[in-house]
Amino acid sequence: MKILVCISHVPDTTSKINFKENDTKFDNNGVQFVINPYDEFALTRAMWFKEKQGATITAVTVGNTSTEPTLRKALAIGADDAIRVNTEAIDGLQVAKELAEVVKNGSYNLVLAGKESIDYNGGMVPGMLAALVDYNFVNACIGLEIEGEKATISREIDGGKEILSANLPLVIAGQKGLVEEKDLRIPNMRGIMMARKKPLSILEPISTKTATTTASFEKPATKSACKIVSTENIGELVDLLHNEAKVI
Amino acid sequence: MATIKGGEFLIKELKSEDIFISEEFNDEQKMMKEAVIDFIDREVWPYKERFENKDYALTEEVMRKAGEMGFLGVSIPEKYGGIGMGFVSTMLVTDYMSSATGSVGTAFGAHTGIGTMPIFLYGTEDQKNTYLPLLTSGEKFGAYCLTEPGAGSDANSGKTTAELTADGKHYKINGQKMWISNAGFAEIFIVFARIEDDKNITAFIMVFDKENPNGVTLGAEEQKLGIHASSTRQVFFSDTLIPIENMLSERGKGFKIAMNSLNVGRIKLGAACLDASRRIITEAVNYGNERKQFKTAISNFGAIQKKYAEMSTKTFAIDAGCYRAAKDIQNMIDRLLADGKSHQDAELAAFQEYAIECAIIKVYASEVSQFVSDEGIQIFGGMGFSKDTPMESAWRDARITRIYEGTNEINRLLTVGMLLKKAMKGEIDVITPAMEVGNSLMGIPSFETPDFSEILSEEKAMVEKLKKAFLMVAGKAVQTFGMELDNHQQLILAAAEIMIEIYMAESAILKAEKIVKSTSEKEAECQIAMAKLNLFNAVETASSFGKEAILYVAEGDEQRMMLMGLKRFTKYVNNPNPIALRKVIAEKVIAENKYCF
Repeated sequence: MKILVCISHVPDTTSKINFKENDTKFDNNGVQFVINPYDEFALTRAMWFKEKQGATITAVTVGNTSTEPTLRKALAIGADDAIRVNTEAIDGLQVAKELAEVVKNGSYNLVLAGKESIDYNGGMVPGMLAALVDYNFVNACIGLEIEGEKATISREIDGGKEILSANLPLVIAGQKGLVEEKDLRIPNMRGIMMARKKPLSILEPISTKTATTTASFEKPATKSACKIVSTENIGELVDLLHNEAKVI
Repeated sequence: MATIKGGEFLIKELKSEDIFISEEFNDEQKMMKEAVIDFIDREVWPYKERFENKDYALTEEVMRKAGEMGFLGVSIPEKYGGIGMGFVSTMLVTDYMSSATGSVGTAFGAHTGIGTMPIFLYGTEDQKNTYLPLLTSGEKFGAYCLTEPGAGSDANSGKTTAELTADGKHYKINGQKMWISNAGFAEIFIVFARIEDDKNITAFIMVFDKENPNGVTLGAEEQKLGIHASSTRQVFFSDTLIPIENMLSERGKGFKIAMNSLNVGRIKLGAACLDASRRIITEAVNYGNERKQFKTAISNFGAIQKKYAEMSTKTFAIDAGCYRAAKDIQNMIDRLLADGKSHQDAELAAFQEYAIECAIIKVYASEVSQFVSDEGIQIFGGMGFSKDTPMESAWRDARITRIYEGTNEINRLLTVGMLLKKAMKGEIDVITPAMEVGNSLMGIPSFETPDFSEILSEEKAMVEKLKKAFLMVAGKAVQTFGMELDNHQQLILAAAEIMIEIYMAESAILKAEKIVKSTSEKEAECQIAMAKLNLFNAVETASSFGKEAILYVAEGDEQRMMLMGLKRFTKYVNNPNPIALRKVIAEKVIAENKYCF
C-alpha cells in the first residue's frame, strides 16, 4: 500500500500571533513551526500501517524552503520519502490542486490528511483533493482499518459513532482518535540521523494562481479587565450592563 | 574559526567568530533538541511528584526509554551502538535531558558520563565491543565506584584492594564504595581498587548479576537532601572475582582514568544545570505574572524584575560558556581524527586540553542553578517553600551539583593549578604576558579616550583588562610562593574567581555580539543587556577578589601599586547602568512569559 500523508507546516499553538504589511500578512518572525497536529495523527496512523502491513509512506507539503524542517521531522518519525511542492500555500483550492498532481503522479492507494490545519482552519483541502483525483473521501475520521482494498472508517456523530466502509483509493481527513495523543511519536536519534539521508524531492508548482487573496487580518479585541460591583449596588450593575456592555 | 588552546583565553583576544553559540545548531540538532524536550515533557515532568517520592523504578524506566530514543550514546561511534554525533550534540541532549528533575539528570549523567566514558576512553577494542552497545542502548546501565568512606576528594587514597588470584585469572576485590549513583539498577560497574602497595589505583570493569552476586552487596538507598529518585547506594565487595581481561587500561592508571573521565562529566554537568535553570525561570515568570499582590501581578515589581534579570543573565552566560567550550572540544576531536588518531585518543586529548574550561563551567553552572532555584523559591514566597511547587525540589536538587564531579572548591583549585601546570610544561605562555602586565604597572596609563562606538567594544576591552588583572594577581602569587603556592588555597580560590568570571563574561559578550551580527541591535537588545549586566557583575567580583589576593601577596608600595593597577583594570570609561539593563531583560521575559533566549 502506498500512503501519501499531507503535512501542513503551522505555527506552534503557543505562538504569539502578529500581522505585518498593513495586517495583510502573518508575521512569522520568532514563530516556531510544527507539523499540523491533525496531520501528525494521520502520520502516526500511517506509521502503524507501515509497521504492521508493510505500507510505504510519502510525506508531502506545499510550501517554500522554510517548510523543509517540518518535512524532515516527518521523515525522522518514519516516512520513507518526502515531496515539497515549491510554492507558498495560499488557499485551499490552490493547495488541493497541487496535491492532486502529486497524487496522480504517485498513484497512491491512500491519502491521509488532518481534517484541517490549525493555522487558517480552512478544512477544505482533503475534500477538494478527493474530488480532483476522483478518490473516495471520508471527513473527520476517528478510526481507520484497512484490509486489502477495503477500509473501515469510524466517525464521531452526535451522541455516538458511525462506522463506514469504503474502497481504496481513498482520501481520509483525520483527527484525534485516528490515534491518541500518547501514540504520537517523538523522533528518536537514529530517525533524526536517517532523515538526512532520505529523499526529499522538490516539485515545481503547476500553477501559482489562487482563488482568493487576503484583504486583511484582525486580532480578537483584547479582553477588558473584570469589574467587581458590590451586591448593594444593583443600580450600578444594571447601568454597566446597559450602557457599557450593551447587553440589556 | 581560530584555534584556541585550553586556558589560552586568558592571554588571547577572541572574536565572536571564534566561538560557537547554541543559536547555530543545525537543523538536525534543532530536531534533537525538540525531541528531548518533548520526551521530558511527556515522560518526566508530569511525574515530578513520583520522583520526589523516591520512585527509583521510574528513573530506571525513563532511562530505559532514553536508551530506546538513542539519547544514551549520542557521541559514541556507530560501530559501538552509538549515534556518532559529536560532542556539541551530546551536550545539547544532556542540557535538555536534565531539566525536569535532578534525579533523571543525575542518572543520565552518571550513566552516559562516568559510567560509559571510562570504557570508551580507555577500553580495549574487545571491551568497547562488549560493553558499549549494552550501555548506549540502555539494555544495561553503568555506575562508577570511586568514592569510599575515607576517600572523597582525595580519590587516590581508596582502601579497596585488588589481589591477583593464585591461578592468575582473576583479581579478587575487597572493599567498600559509597555514594554510587545508579547502584540500584546498574549492571556494569567501573571499580577502582589498589593492587598491592601501588602508588595509584587501578580501574576494572565489573559485571554485576543480581542472581549471582559474586560477593557484591548493596547498601540501602541513601536518604538524601535532593535528587530523591536517583539511586545512590553503597557497594561492598567481598572476594569479588573480576577476570584479568576486565582491567581497564593498565595497572596503576586508575587515578588518571578517574580524573580524565571527570573532565567530561564536569562540562556535561554544566549543561545539565542549564535547562534546569531555564525551566525554573519560566516557572518563576509564569507564577509572577499570575500572582497578584497589592492589586497587581508581582512581576510588575522592580524587586521581582531584578531577580528575573539576574537569573536570566547568569543562565545566558552558562549557555554561552557551555556551547563555546563544547565546540572547542569537538573541533579538536575532529582535527585529531583527521590527523589519523583513534576516536579514543582524540577524545581523551581534547578533554584533557580543555580541562580548565570544563572545571570553570562546572563551578559556574552549578552555582547559577543554586542561585536561580533559590531566587525561584523567593519569587514564589511561602508557596516556594512548599513541596507543592517545583521550586522546592529544584533547590534541593541543585545543591548536589556543587558537590559531585569534584567539589566546587576542588574545581576552583584545579582551574588555577592546571593553568600553572600548562605554563610549566610550556604548553601556553602565561609568563610573558604576566610579566608585561607587571611592568606596565610602573608605566603611565594612557589618557586617550578609546573609541567605543562599536557595539560591545567597551565590554570586550574590559574583558581584556580583567585578563590583565588576573595575570597580575596570579603572576605575583606564583612569584611569591613558587612551588609552595598549593599551601595558599584561599589565594588560589581568589584567582580562580577572577578566571571563572573572565571566561563566562567573555563567552556571554561574544555570544551576544554574534547574535547582533546575525540579527540586529534592536532584535538582540536583551542579549546585549545580559552581556553587559553579566560583565558588570564580573567586574565587581574580580575587583573584590583581586583586592583580597593583593592584600595577601603584596605589601607596602608594591601593594599600593597593584591596587592602583586593579582599579585601572576594573574601571569603565562609560559606566553601565545595571538597573536599566535589568529592566530591559525583565520586561522581555515577563512579556514572553518564559525564559526566551
